[in-house]
Amino acid sequence: MKTVSLTIDGRKIIAEEGTKLLWVALDNGIYIPNLCAIRSSPEPAAACRLCFVEVAGKEAPVTACTETVAEGMVVNTRGKKALRLARSAFELLMASHPVDCAGCPANRSCELQKISGHLKVKLKTKRLRTLLRELPIDDSHPLFTYDPNKCVLCGRCLWVCRQQLGIGVLGFAHRGFQRVVTTFADEPLGQSRCQECGDCIAVCPTGALSFKDSAKPAARAVKI
Amino acid sequence: MAEEAEKIRRETGRVLGRFSRKRGNLIPILQKVQHRLGYLPREAMLEIARFLDIPEIEVYGVVTFYNQFRRNPPGKHSIRVCLGTACHMKGGYITLDAWKRRLNIGQGETTADREFDLDTVACVGCCTMAPVTVVDDKPQANVEPTRVDGILLAFEREREKKHKENRESS
Ligand code: SF4
Ligand code: SF4
Ligand code: FES
Ligand code: FES
Repeated sequence: MKTVSLTIDGRKIIAEEGTKLLWVALDNGIYIPNLCAIRSSPEPAAACRLCFVEVAGKEAPVTACTETVAEGMVVNTRGKKALRLARSAFELLMASHPVDCAGCPANRSCELQKISGHLKVKLKTKRLRTLLRELPIDDSHPLFTYDPNKCVLCGRCLWVCRQQLGIGVLGFAHRGFQRVVTTFADEPLGQSRCQECGDCIAVCPTGALSFKDSAKPAARAVKI
Repeated sequence: MAEEAEKIRRETGRVLGRFSRKRGNLIPILQKVQHRLGYLPREAMLEIARFLDIPEIEVYGVVTFYNQFRRNPPGKHSIRVCLGTACHMKGGYITLDAWKRRLNIGQGETTADREFDLDTVACVGCCTMAPVTVVDDKPQANVEPTRVDGILLAFEREREKKHKENRESS
């Protein structure tokens, strides 16, 4: 294995050549907000715009999920410019999110709460006007509930469903503000080919996909 | 209905017969099938997914992403409400609501009797006439909700007239 050495937030780190900066940071216990990055995916989606960091010598902040580590690289995950971009992206995301943590199945394990704490931005943003999508909740499946309003379109669920398990029940459909994770013809999940593995729920970073209380299995980790 | 299903199967099959099973053929296949049927029915999308061996949601994702694809049969009359900048400013979205209410269908849908289909367009190049609705390819000026009623009334009159003529001639 060929390695490179770099510095992240003042810490010297040895990393495998060719790895993306985001994974190197996370593996070394340095948190960078991220939602859409999927380790096993060959192409980063780079859609959420939350993982901005600053790299010495580069004028503009870069997304850590697309930046390959390089010998001698000096990274600052706390740079002002980078955080400003990440904060704006987060506020935009939350401006159409129905924040109701107390009544949400993801409360306290939610990635959005973690990011909000890390970026020091409130979940309920004051700076932007709220525009909710008001989509119907899909309660048709016996084991789990899908609340598209809480979905952040990270794509993790469809990745496990399709790439890892080869099923492909879930996918993106529609466009713009109407974009959703859904099934063929927007059919209720209870009628789909879902095989009830529950992996999509395990990888969902928010309360969008959650087990029904009666069906809650022991928590398990699913790697993607 | 059975006739329709048979036609869908036949026409989709015909199109698929001319393509190889490559994922990259998805969009040209969809275009050809829509060209033959006027829209992309559910059964056609499922057939195409099977043919290309991809999850059906992937076909659905592409069909719902591009404006050129429709999932409902075209109506006898097409209603296209302009939501370009000028028409938007002049309340085009209120006009759209009026059409929806009167026809009792949503955007991208067709009435049950297949008389009308409703959709939006973005600027048809006659902004001075805003808010514009393009009715059967003809841009109509100042289509406020009251004009919506007027246009529908005219269609109804025409229908009645034809009906009468048919009765008289038979
Ligand atoms: S998804 Fe997260 S941020 Fe949203 S209501 Fe649930 S716990 Fe709160
Ligand atoms: S349902 Fe969850 S995992 Fe799937 S895209 Fe939405 S937020 Fe991501
Ligand atoms: S994790 Fe980098 S853009 Fe989403
Ligand atoms: S905006 Fe409607 S015609 Fe230009």
